[in-house]
Amino acid sequence: MSATTLQMLLDELGYDEKTVGTALNQEFVRARDRAETRLREGDAVEIVTPRQGG
Amino acid sequence: MNDPVTLYDRALASRLLLGTARYSSPAILAEAIRASGCEIVTVSLRREAGGARAGETFWSLIRDVGVRVLPNTAGCRTAKEAIATAQMAREVFATDWIKLEVIGEEDTLQPDVFGLVEAARALADDGFKVFPYTTDDLVVAEKLLDAGCRVLMPWAAPIGSGRGVNNAFALRALRAHFPDTPLIVDAGLGAPSHAALVMEMGYDAVLLNTAVSRAGDPVLMARAFALAIEAGRAGFRAQPMTPRDMAEPSTPIIGRPFDRLA
Repeated sequence: MSATTLQMLLDELGYDEKTVGTALNQEFVRARDRAETRLREGDAVEIVTPRQGG
Repeated sequence: MNDPVTLYDRALASRLLLGTARYSSPAILAEAIRASGCEIVTVSLRREAGGARAGETFWSLIRDVGVRVLPNTAGCRTAKEAIATAQMAREVFATDWIKLEVIGEEDTLQPDVFGLVEAARALADDGFKVFPYTTDDLVVAEKLLDAGCRVLMPWAAPIGSGRGVNNAFALRALRAHFPDTPLIVDAGLGAPSHAALVMEMGYDAVLLNTAVSRAGDPVLMARAFALAIEAGRAGFRAQPMTPRDMAEPSTPIIGRPFDRLA
């Protein structure tokens, strides 16, 4: 991965950004903050999408 | 709308909330939702496996069916995880409703009620309308209301167990103690009669998943639960008679043939 921001990572992975939720190190990152959210070595990124649930 | 139930800002005609997991196909899920007549379905957020785009397909199906969603925080083990999941859900699903689960124990999937209360307070303060999945503990229920919850969702039995009501006394006590709080039985029901029972106790609604999705015929079972919930609710409103130990003739005694006139 060459992405340096969360937005770049989503683009690289080909996600439709309207249907994903993101978190960095267990903290929610709003869609509008992804472009300014820089990624560092060892960061835990969560990218989630809608799924069946009970 | 006859006899609606109001959950936060929303009046609902159906007292059944349906989970969307563990159906054999998306088509069966959609049919079961329609057969149940429910207006709310629960959904979750998960990582995508590999290059799959299952999330978009599922979300599009739910939108096509036209029901409102109640996202959950299923599988979260800490308040922190649950809070972040709820925040992601609010953005993805565009709703401030959240079914709050903080799981404390794997064998029973019993809620960690301490983490639950902590997360409920943080989320309610942040503007969420919290539907906490909790045990039948009355003191925990008090704490959840104090934290800002306006609906409570006690379990009947462990998630997916289909056991029905494990502790009828505790559920009755909760109902009696919180007469004005919407109470939804969430988890552990297996048969329509279980749902009828809790509705007769005065519970406001029922949330089901496995009992429908793992039935031999999920669509027919969705309908069966809908009928049982409606029947149980009507039974509660009609105020059942008081049971007695001894028989009491239902046919009039006076005028019985062959009776000796004194």
